[in-house]
Parts: sequence; C-alpha cells; structure tokens
Amino acid sequence: MSSTSEVYLDSASSSPLHPAARDTLLAALDRGYGDPRRLHAAGRDARLLLDNARAVVAQCLGARPDEVGFAASGTDAVHRGLLGLTAATGRDGIVHGAVEHSAVLHAAAWRPSPAHRRIPVDALGHVDLAAMAAGAREAGVGAVALQAANQEVGTVQRVDDLDLPAGVPLLVDAAAAAGHAPLPRRWDALTASAHKWGGPAGVGVLVVRRGTRWTNPFPGDDGLDQLGGFPDVPAALAAAAALQAVLAEREEVAARQHALVDRIRAAAANLPDTEVVGDPVARLPHLVTFSCLYVGGDEIVSALARRGFGVASGSACTASTLEPSHVLAAMGALTHGNVRVSLGRDTTAEEVEAFCGALADEVGRIRAEAGL
Amino acid sequence: MRTTEIDCRDLPCPRPIIELAKALPSVEVGDQLAVVAHDPAARHDVPAWCRMRGQEYVGEERAADGAPRYVVRRVS
Repeated sequence: MSSTSEVYLDSASSSPLHPAARDTLLAALDRGYGDPRRLHAAGRDARLLLDNARAVVAQCLGARPDEVGFAASGTDAVHRGLLGLTAATGRDGIVHGAVEHSAVLHAAAWRPSPAHRRIPVDALGHVDLAAMAAGAREAGVGAVALQAANQEVGTVQRVDDLDLPAGVPLLVDAAAAAGHAPLPRRWDALTASAHKWGGPAGVGVLVVRRGTRWTNPFPGDDGLDQLGGFPDVPAALAAAAALQAVLAEREEVAARQHALVDRIRAAAANLPDTEVVGDPVARLPHLVTFSCLYVGGDEIVSALARRGFGVASGSACTASTLEPSHVLAAMGALTHGNVRVSLGRDTTAEEVEAFCGALADEVGRIRAEAGL
Repeated sequence: MRTTEIDCRDLPCPRPIIELAKALPSVEVGDQLAVVAHDPAARHDVPAWCRMRGQEYVGEERAADGAPRYVVRRVS
C-alpha cells in the first residue's frame, strides 16, 4: 500500500512490484543466499533458483536458458551487451537510432569511433530502417542498436523489417516493451529491465543468442553467468516470476490500457496548442506523451503532483543536465511543457478521467498566469 | 521587410517561446521576429512553435555577442 493517495502514472520509469514478484521475492530471500558456484546445499539451492529464473526469463523472451544473463540494471545490460558485441567483432563502430535510451548513446560515447552513426527518425519516432541498414554496411561498424519500442513516446519500431548484413550483430533494447508488447524475433542480443515490468529494481537482463560473437567488455570472467559479480538470486527469481505473471495477463491488461491511453490522447489533443507525440497506433499500450505550448515541464509536473497525480516529463527543466529530451528533439516535437503518462496494470477509468480533468485545469491556469 | 529582435538571453524555458508568442501581434505580416536565447530548448521549440502556430521558421543565426538568434517570419 502506498503511503500517499497519489495516483501513480509513471510505471515506465519504475513499476510497483507485481504481487507475484513480491511473493516469490519473500520466499527466495530465505533460500537464495548461497553462492551458486558452490557444491554445498546452500549453494545448490541458490543455483537451482538462479537456473529456474534463467529458464523462465528465457522462455518468456523466446530464448534458451544458457543465452540469458542477469545484469545490475537495464542500463548495465545495454552497456555490456553493446560493448561486448563490438569487442568481439573488433570493430568499435555502433549504428543506432536517434531515439535510443541514453544507455546506448553513453556506450557509443564511451568508445569513440569515426564509424558511429546516429540514424534519424520521422515525426512519429520511427527509425529510418533503410538508412540504418546502409549505415551498418559502412567499414568499421561492429554492432547495430535498435529499440523494440521507445521509452518516452511509445512508438514501436519495425525491428523485424531491418535488413542487416551478415556479421553485423543487432542488439534490441526491449526495456520499454518487455512485458507490455510483443517483442521482435530477429536479434542477436536483447536487453531488458525487470522494474519496468513489475519485477524488482536492480535486475537487468542480457540475452545473447548462441552463435553470436560476444565477449565480456569489462573486467572479469567471460560468459553470461556472473555479469558484474555475485548475482542477486532472489531478485532474479522475483523478476522472472513477475515477467511470467505479466505475460499471462498481458492481452487483457494491454487492451484495457490501450483504450485508457486513447482517452488521454484525445483529452490532451483537445487542449489548445497541445501536441500528442508518437505513433497513435503502433505504440506501447500503457504510455503516452504530449507537449503543451507555453507551459513549463517542471510547473505542470509539480501542479499535477499537488493534484495527486505522479507523472514524468522530458522537458529540459526537469532533467539533471538541463538539456531537453533527445527523443523529442530528434522527432522535431515541442520539448517544453512535456508530460509522459504511463499506466499501471490496475489504473482505472475513473483515475484517468480525474487526471484528464486536472490536466485541463492546470494547463489553463499556468497559461493564464503567464498572460496567455 | 523589418526584423524585430526580442532579448530572451537570460530567460529559462519556456519563457522565450512565451515572449515570442506575445510579440507576434506587434509585427506586420511578412516581417520577422528574432528571438535571442541561451536556453537550449529554444533551438527545438522555436521551429516547433512555428509549425504548431502556422508561422515560418527562417533559421538560426548568431547575435553580435555570439548568442543563438532564432528568426521567425510572420505569415498570418
């Protein structure tokens, strides 16, 4: 139970624990403390839980258990996945979409290469796949990164239509999509983050297909078994339980969320000088972003918080860097007055109606105070 | 054709866009408004404002002191 009566509409930043994850986590805390590499009883117990977590996650993501590794976060999984692909190919160049998560941009910046390419997007946020395929054919390119769906605007990328040359592996960042939408089938490495689907924070997932050349780019042993050191076995198992539970209810939850997001999109589009951003159809079911002219992102987020609604913003004034969202900028969208709403699995129609009402009030009030 | 400059150098986001909107009625159709702003969001938001409000974005220049200067033509 939350300590406040806030209606939490920021599940895309971090989701509350799914009940299945909570039960599993509490049970596993007592059993999963041992070192899974040891041969004593506690070690064998931990190994059993960890292997179980890998098997469940593998099945949920369309992979084999020995292709799955657990990392410290989704960001850590992207860094290890992408830099491990370029380390193995021996070519540092990374071709990526302009709207990828900052983890991808940071990985590329960390290993500078003249072969890096940032591929533009259209106004709906779709990456230009022809330009991406052409970029991947340039000399010095060691990996391509394309997200399954965008974390800020919800646009689902057409990953399976991407035509890459042989020998240039594709990493799909599925952090925003996993547990919420069907995932692409054609990839060599895939990353995700458990707290975006209702698992605990601190569990990233890196899947590397058998036959894909990948090597640990950071200090330590090679292989996916102990990425970054001793694994959090109870959290990994809870993440797996949450993913399994979320996928079992996904169609029903997604259909409900899709309709509720349509309602928010319509209400936002109905406000004067407000632009709803992202693909209206090929999108994540639970997420919507819009930008309101003449409204500060921090102002509207604070105003909605006072009214009892927790939302996120991609506006510069809400970012630690004071730079506007690179996603909104790449799409040519308005970057100020931005609000991202992401629904939980149990968000109700009444909560959405109340949010739409509060939004209209607060946008009108802020504009009136600005003299517009 | 005249160009009217509005100094938004020290204004945070979204004030340069608010000042742009307020200044628009004061220029004739066909004349230009130039917003001088250090706010990094203005680089994206002046063109986006033009698209949403049906005005023409002419481009980015530099003011004499090096500050970014975003030029808009009033078309309606």
